[in-house]
Amino acid sequence: MFQEYCLVLATESANYSPADPNYLVIAYLVAAILFILSLGGLSRHESARKGNLCGVLGILIAIGATLFVGVVPGSEAGDWIKPSALPAIWVAIVIGAGIGIFVAHRVQMTSMPQLVAILHSFVGLAAVLVGLSNELDPTNISVPPVDLKEAKLEAWIHKIEIFLGVFIGGITFTGSIVAFGKLDGRVSSKPLTIPGRHLFNLVMVLVCVGLGYWFLQTENQAENMWALYLMTAISFVVGAHLVLAIGGADMPVVVSMLNSYSGWAAAATGFMLKNDLLIITGALVGSSGAILSYIMCAAMNRSFISVILGGFGSDGGAAAAPAASSGEKLSYNEMQADEVAESLRDAKNVVIVPGYGMAVAQAQHPIREITEALKKNGTTTRFAIHPVAGRLPGHMNVLLAEARVPYDVVLEMDEINDDFPETDVVLVVGANDIVNPSAETDPSSPIYGMPVLQAWKAAQVVILKRSMGTGYSGIDNPLFYNENSAMLFGDAKSSVDQILQKLKS
Amino acid sequence: MLVAIPREKNSEECRVAATPASVKKIIALGYDVLVEKGCGERANFLDDQYVEVGAQMQSDPQAVWGAADVILTVAPPSTEDLDRIKSGAVLIGFLWPAKNKALLDALKSRNISAMAMDCVPRISRAQKMDALSSMANIAGYRAVIEAANHFGSFFTGQITAAGKVPPAKVLVIGAGVAGLSAIGTAKGLGAIVRAFDTRLAVKDQVKSMGADFLELEFEESGEGAGGYAKVMSDEFIRVEMELFAQQAKEVDIIVTTALIPNKPAPKLVTAEMVKSMKPGSVIVDLAAENGGNCELTQHGKVVREHDVTIVGYSDFPSRLPTQSSALYGNNIVNLLTDMSPEKDGQLTINLEDQVVRGALVTHDGEITWPPPRIEPSPPPKPKPEVPTVSQEPVTIPGEQRPEPFMQKWGMTLFMGVAMLLMLWLLGQYAPKSFMPQITVFVLACFVGWQLVWNVTPALHTPLMSVTNAISGIIVLGAILQMQGSFKLATVFAFVAVLLATINIAGGFYVTQRMLSMFRKQD
Repeated sequence: MFQEYCLVLATESANYSPADPNYLVIAYLVAAILFILSLGGLSRHESARKGNLCGVLGILIAIGATLFVGVVPGSEAGDWIKPSALPAIWVAIVIGAGIGIFVAHRVQMTSMPQLVAILHSFVGLAAVLVGLSNELDPTNISVPPVDLKEAKLEAWIHKIEIFLGVFIGGITFTGSIVAFGKLDGRVSSKPLTIPGRHLFNLVMVLVCVGLGYWFLQTENQAENMWALYLMTAISFVVGAHLVLAIGGADMPVVVSMLNSYSGWAAAATGFMLKNDLLIITGALVGSSGAILSYIMCAAMNRSFISVILGGFGSDGGAAAAPAASSGEKLSYNEMQADEVAESLRDAKNVVIVPGYGMAVAQAQHPIREITEALKKNGTTTRFAIHPVAGRLPGHMNVLLAEARVPYDVVLEMDEINDDFPETDVVLVVGANDIVNPSAETDPSSPIYGMPVLQAWKAAQVVILKRSMGTGYSGIDNPLFYNENSAMLFGDAKSSVDQILQKLKS
Repeated sequence: MLVAIPREKNSEECRVAATPASVKKIIALGYDVLVEKGCGERANFLDDQYVEVGAQMQSDPQAVWGAADVILTVAPPSTEDLDRIKSGAVLIGFLWPAKNKALLDALKSRNISAMAMDCVPRISRAQKMDALSSMANIAGYRAVIEAANHFGSFFTGQITAAGKVPPAKVLVIGAGVAGLSAIGTAKGLGAIVRAFDTRLAVKDQVKSMGADFLELEFEESGEGAGGYAKVMSDEFIRVEMELFAQQAKEVDIIVTTALIPNKPAPKLVTAEMVKSMKPGSVIVDLAAENGGNCELTQHGKVVREHDVTIVGYSDFPSRLPTQSSALYGNNIVNLLTDMSPEKDGQLTINLEDQVVRGALVTHDGEITWPPPRIEPSPPPKPKPEVPTVSQEPVTIPGEQRPEPFMQKWGMTLFMGVAMLLMLWLLGQYAPKSFMPQITVFVLACFVGWQLVWNVTPALHTPLMSVTNAISGIIVLGAILQMQGSFKLATVFAFVAVLLATINIAGGFYVTQRMLSMFRKQD
């Protein structure tokens, strides 16, 4: 159906001059509406798949219209695509789509954060390249206004647009690459805190502003390009350095921030090319990422600025300091898998709190089997998801969905926090800070004020953990020493497997 | 080991320390169980039922007490029975060591390990063995039933053909386990229930049971150690009494449950107040055993003073024997389970175990009561230690951190000014062709803003991958940059097209993969 539509557009477009590409505008409008529907569809599980299809349709219409309507037969000059460029475009599209589908098909659900990060970097790099290309070979500039002053202003604005687009794109590119490395474990997830790093960033940005001024002033094409290339290099450094300074567990914020940046980069490109669809899409994506970052920050009770400035979230370092410094060795209860299975069997109401540890150990599948065994036993089992559990917004939901856990038993923090007092057993799998009571009780705690899952209100809490080490924030968790808490040590996967075995026997 | 359940001596005591159901669990722990004939009779548990689950039956009390390694009772044993217990045996039951010094000495001299169910510490882990709470729950229920029994009218309001019936008004003083249970029962019967407690922390619990919480215009919290109440200041008591005096004139039923550990019960309802109550009103005094909360209460009796019925029983749980035996039996089974870790019928007394240590009053020929002080589990919310504490609602941490004015409004102000400046700059200088673009941009931002707030957090990852794919729309820009001839600009654009398409294809594909995994419960 779509192809027919394009064909109609293509044949009819022959009668229209490129200066009056109404069909193209209409196609872009349709695409923009489909994108909006796409985001709207994602608001609920029921409509999410439709939403995704809307997105696919939108982008197909946009590209199709550009390729078929935008191409002006027999014209090798002007603002629109020349037929001679078509083969190269198709080659790029086919290769790109092939790689994209291949990678997306192969990727493990636990590697989703990495994939999202690397895809962001592509958008960033594309924005940089489009900007550079546009400056090298300006196209698509509308007819200069008669008024000279206006013309000059317009040229300035165009240059600012290029400059901003490339800058944001550059930051997105290297930032996402580093984020990818951190998520993938290729780069240490420890924050890199070189002395005077804020000053360093500031100087970099100031240099960029200076380069921008030069870029605006000079009429010389070569100088222009130098300014742009230099700025691109600096933006690469800034982007990488920015993310290097941010700790591993702040990744949900970082990834959603980069998501936002990639949108703004697309929007800036849209301004540069006077393309409304790019502007609309970029703005949609940009604000979406901004909201996600905001939600993630709120979930950690940290300001966006403090996350971006980085330095928080060292793995270890100050670890266990609070317990050690107080001088007394706090005692904790330990439990074996069979005892855990026993209390699960006796429970009416079980809540499972998964964290990054579950993702690392790939324990989601046996956990789902536990919920099924418990369900047969008449026990209500639900999942409590903290907004920043994992390394990506909604990370846990995806993993549980992959393990075929029905989404209606997977609840958000606000939905389930009031139910903990009526819960018999809470199973904390590879999570730490998100169940730390000192966030509510201890004003001296670094995470004080962060909303947390009130697991300690349940009758019994079992914590599956590798050792008594602290979470990413290096903060001791008083929950572990509670009367009604017990630790089950070991790799999350094998612990869960053992519990499952005992439950089944 | 042999666990014995003797018949309670006192004919007023209708409870029994083990029901057939709990005997079954005790046997599952590896013990042998011997019950005295007729032990569960008054609680409606028949001998046959005990035999059915595997207990041995014995009609001679001498043999029951003498043979047992572990004896489960409700009331403290008589001296006669004490003499029958063999040395080294374990006795579990209500012992009230604070009031029964002689009993402790007797147990000690006979080398009996005695565990008082009334001394199980109030920590979270021991809740399942907390017999006092089990019994208090029943007492609260029974108190309301007694009140209804002596009250001449309905509890619930009704509109009948013969006229309108107003609902009874019930005041519950003291919202501990018994008080809350009384509130729930009275509410269930349809009465209007009000409750008072010196501990402000219970306000939410009272409200959750459906009662109104009466508050004083006074700043003092009655939270004592371990979640029990403490003695209040004179001034507080004066204000409190005023409240009761005023309530007494209004309500039909007063249930008092105010107890302070190891102190005589506070006198909260004066003769004056009783006089001011409507004729036919009922007072049920759950503190009768400790002297009563009402001045006119007579322990163990129902009296009528100033046309008000005052119930002063102290054996409410025993008046609901089937239920109280079942709960008490479960409390004991839970304790035995903890003390028989191997489930091999061997009772181990682990002095390191806080619960066991707390309940153990004599052991190895020593009196081990009172136990060394342990910290009771902290109340759910941080409670201030100082008695004078504001009666304001507990401030939620993090919500009310004082913020300097500039910090709070500075940002807003700055943003506002920046916004105005931007708008002015745009209006003043921007070329006409720029305006439609910025309009589209700002509108799109708002649309995105509105849309994305609606996205359920569970779909945040798919949202990211979709927006990621959509931002591949930058491919349009790259396509437009593709020129026919081979130039650096074209190479850049070519790579950009390639990258953007990876994004589009990969992003949408992986989103589809993820979304197809989300499924609803079948």
